[in-house]
Amino acid sequence: MSTELLKVENLEVQFKSGSTVTKAVNGVSFTLNRKENIGIVGESGSGKSVTATSLLRLIPSPPGHISGGKILFEGKDLLTLSDKEMRDIRGNDISMIFQDPLTSLNPVFTVGDQIMESIKLHQKVSKKEAKQKAIQMLQLVGIPAPEKRLNMYPHEFSGGMRQRVMIAIALSCNPKLLIADEPTTALDVTVQAQILELMKKLQDEFNTSIIMITHDLGVVWEICHKVLVMYAGNVIEYGTVEEIHDHPMHPYTWGLLDSQITENIEDHEMLTTIPGSPPDLRQEIIGCPFAPRCSYSQDICFSKAPEMVEVKEKHFVACHFQTKENRLNRKERSTHARAVVKS
Amino acid sequence: MPEPLLKVRDLRKYFPIDSPIPFKKSNQSVKAVDSVSFDVMPGETLGVVGESGCGKSTMARLVNQLIPPSSGTVEFRGENLVGMDAKKLRETRKSIQMVFQDPYASLDPRKTVGELIAEPLVIHRIGDKASQKKRVLELLEVVGLSHYHAKRYPYEFSGGQRQRINIARALVLNPDIIICDEPVSALDVSVQAQVINLLKELQRDYNLTYIFISHDLNVVRYMCDRIAVMYLGKIVEMGTYKEIYENPKHPYTKALLSAIPKESPHDNKERIILKDAVPNPINPPTGCHFHERCPYMMDICSTKIPQLMDTGNGHIASCHLLEEN
Repeated sequence: MSTELLKVENLEVQFKSGSTVTKAVNGVSFTLNRKENIGIVGESGSGKSVTATSLLRLIPSPPGHISGGKILFEGKDLLTLSDKEMRDIRGNDISMIFQDPLTSLNPVFTVGDQIMESIKLHQKVSKKEAKQKAIQMLQLVGIPAPEKRLNMYPHEFSGGMRQRVMIAIALSCNPKLLIADEPTTALDVTVQAQILELMKKLQDEFNTSIIMITHDLGVVWEICHKVLVMYAGNVIEYGTVEEIHDHPMHPYTWGLLDSQITENIEDHEMLTTIPGSPPDLRQEIIGCPFAPRCSYSQDICFSKAPEMVEVKEKHFVACHFQTKENRLNRKERSTHARAVVKS
Repeated sequence: MPEPLLKVRDLRKYFPIDSPIPFKKSNQSVKAVDSVSFDVMPGETLGVVGESGCGKSTMARLVNQLIPPSSGTVEFRGENLVGMDAKKLRETRKSIQMVFQDPYASLDPRKTVGELIAEPLVIHRIGDKASQKKRVLELLEVVGLSHYHAKRYPYEFSGGQRQRINIARALVLNPDIIICDEPVSALDVSVQAQVINLLKELQRDYNLTYIFISHDLNVVRYMCDRIAVMYLGKIVEMGTYKEIYENPKHPYTKALLSAIPKESPHDNKERIILKDAVPNPINPPTGCHFHERCPYMMDICSTKIPQLMDTGNGHIASCHLLEEN
């Protein structure tokens, strides 16, 4: 068995509305090995969630459609499968947890029904066995008195408990890949810590790989091995978490890391920000999408799109000035911060 | 020592719960805010942190008298706002403004940005049309937007820009104190940093006082001078930000701080994982409300409610562990 579980090549997703075409994802490539976790980070609108939902072909169509690329899951291209074959994969081999646990659970069915639904769909088991399995799953995700909880409705659960139920549903068929779309964003820090701990524990038990979509870098450091930084539908940097944290190379990643509030920030020191806002994806972007906001940009950035280059082993960056031979010197953080405040 | 700008004493808000039997009066209630007291000094930022449902937002609305408290007093510049007559209260409220969490829900979609910012001036009948317009343009500049934005509608703006509009609205009457209820929670990190910088600059330029409510402990540490930690309607710990972060006394504060996500992949921090979630506020645990989740629980905790104790350096906390020493 090869270690490679998922390979995404040049994935492109577009949304059409009237005469405008929004290129939400523009050539995303990455590989994910078994038992490995990858984080996808970026601002709202950078294409994180679209990338993840298109892996399961869940993009609403129309208006959206996957216009190019390959999604190889255990060597099979998911984009060439029939709808029925795809249904066998969803929830069974690949499952997903969404951000808002209240809207993603059906309010008119009990929690037990919803967990059993996916078990009965994918496994040849009797109703009784399915129920046993559902109780087992609830126990596993740390819900007390699962026999009683099974007959309760989602509104009787707290936010953290609902997210546990979502995780129970997602893991009920022992998937090989779990896609988690901002699973802890709607939760309190204390509950977030509980859920992340639970995900780590269950991963060891089930040997599942996780794709973690988040805008919180803290969550990435917590749980991921590799990280993909996205900006305006493009992957701009990709590498192991240690590499990205210790030696980030793309100016956008610098900005992202610097705008985090960390313990060692001085009293009354201004926070570093990235000036401006992300580009409108309805318009064609010529050159590097980050160029207008980048304090290092030069003429070439506005005319030619940079390519992904492997600058170090397993560290890819899409920037004209970061190549194997050349390195861009990162400006002093404090001076950079002050310059931004003045402008 | 200067007089506190705002003096809150023994503030309570109990929301009654409907009885399951029709027409029968229920004597159950949710103690959303239960005997909260604090002072806010001019020019300082008081942070309020806690999990959802701990009463942070209710407390903010009580301070502003948007909802009437069940008991207690809120003194602003020596005058009690509780029970003040409506006309006078309206006048006083000019000095106490609010910024809300959701920048998408808090702006009327049918008004232009100019109308939205001028609205407080119109309501309080300050100035004529021309001077109101001038003030709007001035404020747009102050919060980092441009003149031409005044004619646009809220849907044309991003979350961060909308929050700037909300800040301009709060500033238009020259308030002394602004209550910020999770002002940056709905924003992306890079935009969050922009809005935080703006709030800091405004505080310096206009000598503003903030009550800053947030569940993000990193933001609170950066923004605030003093921090109050709330749990199930009560303040369980309060002190300067240095004291709270470097020398937390209450086990709940310790657990909250340990739950902050890592700062780097190399970080191997010890974590106190709390059991379960916040208990039901209709039926809070007896004794110390936190005892069921507390890793240091003792026998006394389930029977006796701990009192807030001064532990020096203006740091107060309510825990039976402190009483022992």
